[in-house]
Amino acid sequence: MSNETKIDEMSFEEAIRELEQVVNALDKGDVALEDSISLYERGAKLKARCEAKLKEAEEKVAQITLDADGQPNGAKPVEGL
Amino acid sequence: MDDLLDDDGPDPGPGNAPEFSVSEISGAVKKTVEGAFSLVRVRGEVGRLSRPRSGHIYLDLKDDRAVLAGVIWKGVAGRMATQPEEGMEVVATGRLTTFPGQSKYQMVIEEIRPAGVGALMAMLEKRRQALAAEGLFDEARKRPLPRLPEVIGVVTSPSGAVIRDILHRLRDRFPRKVLIWPVAVQGAKCAPEVAAAIRGFNALEAGGRIPRPDLIIVARGGGSLEDLWGFNEEVVVRAAAESAIPLISAVGHETDTTLIDHAADRRAPTPTAAAEMAVPVRLELLAWLETAGGRMSRAITQGVAARRQRLGDLSRGLPRLESVLDGPRQRLDGLADRLDPALRAATQAKRMELDRKAARLGPGLERAVGIKRVALGRAEAGLSVTRLKAQVARRREDLDRLGARMQVARLSERVVERRARLDAALVRLDAVARARLEQRRDRLDALERMRQTLGYTETLKRGYAVVRAGADVVTGKAEAERAGRLEIQFADGRLDVVAGARHRRGRSGGGDDEDQGSLF
Repeated sequence: MSNETKIDEMSFEEAIRELEQVVNALDKGDVALEDSISLYERGAKLKARCEAKLKEAEEKVAQITLDADGQPNGAKPVEGL
Repeated sequence: MDDLLDDDGPDPGPGNAPEFSVSEISGAVKKTVEGAFSLVRVRGEVGRLSRPRSGHIYLDLKDDRAVLAGVIWKGVAGRMATQPEEGMEVVATGRLTTFPGQSKYQMVIEEIRPAGVGALMAMLEKRRQALAAEGLFDEARKRPLPRLPEVIGVVTSPSGAVIRDILHRLRDRFPRKVLIWPVAVQGAKCAPEVAAAIRGFNALEAGGRIPRPDLIIVARGGGSLEDLWGFNEEVVVRAAAESAIPLISAVGHETDTTLIDHAADRRAPTPTAAAEMAVPVRLELLAWLETAGGRMSRAITQGVAARRQRLGDLSRGLPRLESVLDGPRQRLDGLADRLDPALRAATQAKRMELDRKAARLGPGLERAVGIKRVALGRAEAGLSVTRLKAQVARRREDLDRLGARMQVARLSERVVERRARLDAALVRLDAVARARLEQRRDRLDALERMRQTLGYTETLKRGYAVVRAGADVVTGKAEAERAGRLEIQFADGRLDVVAGARHRRGRSGGGDDEDQGSLF
């Protein structure tokens, strides 16, 4: 809950975990009024971040290509699977 | 050979028994053996086994009556699916060959497999226990899966149903980026390739050209125990246990358990199940987010409402301001009412007293008072509490200083000194007083002496006498005759005489008197 600017860089994992904490804290109702308002605002931002990550639901399948030594040297798109 | 010799003995057939050199016969035997046993499967228990530095494996296959020497050349040993272990019941596939230099024969093994499921399972259990003892399967090693992985690495065959199933299920739930690392999922190459793939995914750098997966799925469809054997190999188990990226194993069907399942962070019964573990359902998450938003809004609203309610309750419990102030205000009014007349009366009394006193004061005094009053005003102006305090403080300091200087010892010292001085003065005073007294006494004595000298008594000693008639001194004859009774005082006493009997008396008493008398 430290830095607001960080939300945009959060992974879905981080954002949803914090959102859960925010929701639980608000649900419990033992947060001071001022805090609960800023908490709500932060929760809304976290929710937006999570939704954005959920909308990035794009399938992309690639296959690793290996060199003669079995080391990966790239990836080629895979179609039709 | 014995038969041959025996035959040769009694009846050496003419030329129908060919004669071999040792090399020839050895070569013939070799040819026969290799020809007849160019591909054999031999079942037996692995006996003595050695792995010299050359990389070849030498072992004995044995049963209860016989022993067969065997060799696995280095190249074959490297790609064998099952590594032979002592005591293992195996089926070895290969060919027989002879070793003419030592009159020996041996089996060159091309492949070796555990003999039957029982043997395989026994070996598997032994290996599982060894790896478990190392702690590779400990629960504490297992990491939680990411809730929503960005990139999923799948180690499997790029063709076949498995990868289709996984992609299909991912697509349903939550389309993601998927990186397939192609591997052989059975046979000798399976284990090394799978291990290399797991390590390879871990070796990718985050943000590199090939994205590093945050979840790995190792998947293979169902198959026989031997088909799945690669996933039991130690190298695969170790790679899975060491993987820093959380790993789901999905090898075979639900009933098939391979050792990689123990080492994986999660075991999925099927590849499809692995996909379900890997990603949440997007729609469910969206729904959850909506719920979360609703919960937040509700919590805020309820929070405000609850506080308002509490505020209301508390406000009702609070007494009215007026009622709180009424009492004191009334008291204030009462006091104020009493204050005015009291003040006036007091002022009046003082004024009367002042007038009285002023009347008694002379005008001059009045003036003096006026001057003093002005001075007082000035002094008052100059008089401030702080200055007073400062002064008090200064005086106190002085006092302290004096107090510090004033010590009992010094005081008593002084008393002693003064007393000594007093004593000395007293002694002196005494001396002086005594001297004065003596002086006076001397003078007194001198005066006394002078008085005596000047007095008549001393004259008496020189022969004079004092004649008295009663109390009066008789200085003449006539007087004496008149008196009749006379008293003569000599130096040594008094004598009464009668004036008429002076003659006789003079003769019998003293010649002086007579002489004197006659003289008169």
